[in-house]
Amino acid sequence: MANEHRKEDAAAAGRIAGPAPLPIVLRVNGETRELMVEPRTTLAEALRGPLGLTGTKIACNHGVCSACTVWLDDLAVASCSVLAIEVGERRITTIEGLAGQDRLHPVQAAFIDYDAVQCGFCTPGLVMSCAALLARNPRPDRKEIETAISGHLCRCGTYPHVVQAMLALGTREEPDLE
Amino acid sequence: MEPFAWQPAASPSEAASIATHTTAEAMLTLTGRPDTQQAMLIKAGGVDLLDLMKEGLVNPGRLIDISRLPDLDGISGEPDGGVRIGALATLARIAAHPALQQSHAALSQAAALAASPQIRNRATLGGNLLQRPRCWYFRSAAHHCLRKGGAHCFAFPGDNRYHAVFANQGCAIVHASTPATALAAYRAEVELADSAGHRRRVPLADFFVLPQADMHRENTLARGELLTAVWLPPQKPDCRAQYLQIGERAAFDWPLAAVAAVLDMDGTGHCRQASIVLGAAAPVPWRARQAEALLAGARIDSATAAAAGEAALAGATPLSQNAYKLPLLAALVRRAVLSAAAIDTVLPANPGAP
Repeated sequence: MANEHRKEDAAAAGRIAGPAPLPIVLRVNGETRELMVEPRTTLAEALRGPLGLTGTKIACNHGVCSACTVWLDDLAVASCSVLAIEVGERRITTIEGLAGQDRLHPVQAAFIDYDAVQCGFCTPGLVMSCAALLARNPRPDRKEIETAISGHLCRCGTYPHVVQAMLALGTREEPDLE
Repeated sequence: MEPFAWQPAASPSEAASIATHTTAEAMLTLTGRPDTQQAMLIKAGGVDLLDLMKEGLVNPGRLIDISRLPDLDGISGEPDGGVRIGALATLARIAAHPALQQSHAALSQAAALAASPQIRNRATLGGNLLQRPRCWYFRSAAHHCLRKGGAHCFAFPGDNRYHAVFANQGCAIVHASTPATALAAYRAEVELADSAGHRRRVPLADFFVLPQADMHRENTLARGELLTAVWLPPQKPDCRAQYLQIGERAAFDWPLAAVAAVLDMDGTGHCRQASIVLGAAAPVPWRARQAEALLAGARIDSATAAAAGEAALAGATPLSQNAYKLPLLAALVRRAVLSAAAIDTVLPANPGAP
């Protein structure tokens, strides 16, 4: 406990940390993880590197494509544009933490049912955005779904299937399949 | 990003006292190669600053983090009917705030259309107002442009399709903030705090600076100052507002043209006073004074709205590739005026708006 306190203190108010690596504690997918980061290490880099959670993808690294979307508490954020050192106590949820013990998250299942995946590189981020929307709005309409995924770039163009999968989840009815 | 040290600030005044440069000062170089390893810069949401650092446009030695400071993100109604928005309030919270949607609808609409949901969850209002311009020459490390201390503007002879059509002599950036267009239409003020804890309020119109006044910065924020809040004056009960923008994509794109209209209506279809501000049009949110004069006292109908759209273009000096913005701006002014006055428009407003 005392040890953990010291590690938290490394990034406490008033203290100067870095630029050399320093220990921090992150709460990821319900676990408390200790790791070393530089102040310049982004959350996306920390997840994929020291924490080994490579489901989160880095594509543009500028907040433009949203492939790196994770949750900070219940907010979907671009983890390439967050520094690991500034996360603090906030809960991080990544694509690895979404499914239950023995079953997929409903959004993951719907993506499979509606073939909302092509090459798959943007998929973890899209799933995180869609699951965040569903958590605060169980019956989103087309407009709300389109807004929720508006930050994502999918070069394969799977958007219509993503919208269909989400409409199906919200309405439990057959969406319009053109 | 180059390595840097990290210091969470304990208070706004501490952050103001430690900071050695504004971001604009730290980006100003003679050579085009930032040599700013000693600079200590204030970071809030970091959306713009981290981007500039990843591009190598600024390499601070230390970031002073204010993002976790308490009491800087409140949105509170004031006794006089005005609203104070703390500088750390995110665009997502501003867009979704029920009281703001009622009292200052154009600001909610603008905040909802800025960037992406992920960015809006992180981007603070203060950082959004202080972000550096998006001119692609300014953002390119290979182009040592006037605004960064160089001797050339690359936009005038180059590709200026996204640049300013007003007040564009010398440097043709457009102001990068989407909410600023609405804030300017509401005649908002920014609250600035110094290292001694003194706070002063400055009208947004005086805070932003044109290139003719100073080529190297977009506002009068001084070293050792922190933007702590935005103040919205109370709205008259009959004030109606509309923000509209148009871009190449309906979502997650910078506007090619934008307008915020605030009309004080008299209940008989006439406008007592109008505030019309253009976005993506000039290096600052651009007040369309001739359109405002035309609308004051006028009955709002299709003809006056269209005339206001034309009047809004007075004084425009389009560049070689951006004259297309003029009909966009005129159409947006016409639609925003009709929409604010609750007169049905033929065309849909804000495609892609949530």
